[in-house]
Amino acid sequence: MTKRYAAATALDGVSLEVEAGRCLALVGESGSGKTTLLRCFNRLVEPDSGEVEVNGEHVRGRDPISLRRHVGYVPQDGGLLPHWRVRRNVELVPRLLGLENPAGLAEAALSLVGLEADRFAGRWPRELSGGQRQRVAIARALAARPSVVLLDEPFGALDAITRAELQEAFDGLRRELGVTALLVTHDLHEAVRLADRVAVMRAGRLEQVAEARALAASPATDYVRRLVRTAGLGAP
Amino acid sequence: MKARRRILLATLAAIAAIGAGAGQSRPIVVASKPFAESYLLGEMFAQLLEARGFVVERRLGLGATEIAFGALREDAIDVYPEYTGTGLLAILNERPVSDPRDVFDRVQREFEYRWGVRWLPPLGFQNTYAIAMRQDRARELGLRTLSDLARVAPRLQAGFTPDFIGREDGLPGLKRAYGLEFGGVRSLLQPVKYQALAEGEVDVIDGYSTDGQIARYSLTVLDDDRRFFPPYEAAALVGARLQREAPGAVLVLTELSGRLDEERMRRLNERVEVAGEEVPRVATDALSELGLVGAGRGAEAGAASAGAAGADARGGSARVGESESNEGSLIAYLWNRRAEILRLTLRHLLLVALSLAAAVTTAVPLGLLLERARGGAETVIRVIGLLQTIPGIALLAFMLPLLGIGVAPALAALYLYSLYPILRNTFTGVRDASPDAVAAARALGMTPLQVLRLVRLPLAAPVILAGIRTAAVINVGTATLAAFIGAGGLGDPIVAGLALADTRMILSGAIPAALLALVVDAVLGLVERAVKPGGLA
Repeated sequence: MTKRYAAATALDGVSLEVEAGRCLALVGESGSGKTTLLRCFNRLVEPDSGEVEVNGEHVRGRDPISLRRHVGYVPQDGGLLPHWRVRRNVELVPRLLGLENPAGLAEAALSLVGLEADRFAGRWPRELSGGQRQRVAIARALAARPSVVLLDEPFGALDAITRAELQEAFDGLRRELGVTALLVTHDLHEAVRLADRVAVMRAGRLEQVAEARALAASPATDYVRRLVRTAGLGAP
Repeated sequence: MKARRRILLATLAAIAAIGAGAGQSRPIVVASKPFAESYLLGEMFAQLLEARGFVVERRLGLGATEIAFGALREDAIDVYPEYTGTGLLAILNERPVSDPRDVFDRVQREFEYRWGVRWLPPLGFQNTYAIAMRQDRARELGLRTLSDLARVAPRLQAGFTPDFIGREDGLPGLKRAYGLEFGGVRSLLQPVKYQALAEGEVDVIDGYSTDGQIARYSLTVLDDDRRFFPPYEAAALVGARLQREAPGAVLVLTELSGRLDEERMRRLNERVEVAGEEVPRVATDALSELGLVGAGRGAEAGAASAGAAGADARGGSARVGESESNEGSLIAYLWNRRAEILRLTLRHLLLVALSLAAAVTTAVPLGLLLERARGGAETVIRVIGLLQTIPGIALLAFMLPLLGIGVAPALAALYLYSLYPILRNTFTGVRDASPDAVAAARALGMTPLQVLRLVRLPLAAPVILAGIRTAAVINVGTATLAAFIGAGGLGDPIVAGLALADTRMILSGAIPAALLALVVDAVLGLVERAVKPGGLA
């Protein structure tokens, strides 16, 4: 795929694949194009050239609204609607899809992320801690049980302990549900910990795509090697 | 009892009108400019017409020359008292002429030719500008004429009406004619001018030769020894429609021609301006003294007539006060006029509510539209913001040729003033509404319309409502200006009070207007809290 903006090239001939039920991490510094690439999957960004397929179907042929309702999405800041209570936020996608019993789906999703509906469903977003807010955002993305979920630095703004807790919860949840996940992060540790495969991006190009373990063991480029060394993941 | 008499009188007038007014299609609209003499002459026209069986609608105190003449030209009014000098200089924009006959001939011919508007033969007195000083001060300086004044003027402070300072037949011409150069010139409005002179704040003012205030403050009028001021003969100015449709009424109005001399007029003005008598009563007395309203219509007729004036929508503003004296507490005065004040307040509120409702239904959708197409948004909003810089009275004057006088131009002006705050707040409110939430809503599959309806609008609602609240409070204040073009409301007593130098009357409009602004603000504050979605800090 290629995507150019007025000033810069965000994606420069990128091609990659995510196996169903697995998790791929997109790692890179800001401006590397990782978020742009993520957004091509739910047509928030349209590539200038190239094709995107989700579940073997060209997204170009799909109505973007319907596509987004079938693809889960978790932004960095949670993006909860501040004027809706937790329950209403989590019910959002089931309601947009016109599913039966959105309340039940919302409750189930909340318990998946470890929040008791009784205690949390009636709260306003501002009454939650940062970690709880991200849990609600993940519940919202999963409430309609999509087969694919996109996560844009979902744990970036959390403190270390909360982040670790949430990473663990997400990892278990993803495996349990067998959902395909595309995770954008600038943290190689997080990528290696949560993802089956890691794609390192730099200036709109893919530097290396490899199994998490293989990447740390044998970096393909100087850039990746530096990245691995800085993260303290390399072989001693 | 009073109401019954009004109904009776109105019925009688209507019956008489069928006979005398022969096919009169609508009431004859009598107007005046907003100062005491004009009110009085207008009321005399009205009463005389009523006495001869015509149905009359009063628009007394309608507005200054541009507004009153503009309304006459558009046939929105039928007759009002005007001065030949004003016609020549302010309306025709011609150079001053000193012979009264020449002036009258000139304006008569020119008005007829250009607009089909007719000057009836003059009423018999001139009301020209008069340069006045306090008697003691004039004596002390030994001043009798304007030539005398020119010698000492550099040591004196003058206080002139803005009108006089700007007009060619006012200060600029006067300076040239006499070589006058004052130590300082301050712009003072009619009602404060005399006070300022009495208290020695200024030494010289402009007045009118038939001004009742000149007698009240026992001022010395300096003689215009070089005959600079052009003649200002008062006369009825009659619109084209009335001449065409009710020539009988025009004939009735000529009965006043040549009947009022300066002495009589000054005395009548004094009763209104100084003694604080009711305009309708003074007008009735004047007409009966002149033998124009029949015998047997003495004091009783005066009271009935005053009642009739009060029954008319605008007539209320011509009444100077409930009692003859200016004493008595303000609260008692307000209490006595409570029914009238309530009526004016409701009308005021109606003007504000209608214009605001219209503004909300256009500015909110426009704001949303501009937010979708942001390219030209700032330009559009700035252009509409420019409207805000047009002074209220000027905007009303612009409306006149388009919408005439009355409620329509007032609503239009108030509507235009309301647009900007609502538009600006809608646009920025929706644009800046929680960008994270908006982005997430979009990414999860809301349609643009759903994003607007479910996210942007609820989040922007408090900001939008704050804009509506601002517009409403500004509108309550601006709506007082509506009285200048005959739309009624709390501006009525303010305009009339300014014209008649009656502070209590001014306050009877200004105090309720201020309270109304506070109440409107408080109520919309509650609405603002109600529309604020839960969950926001």
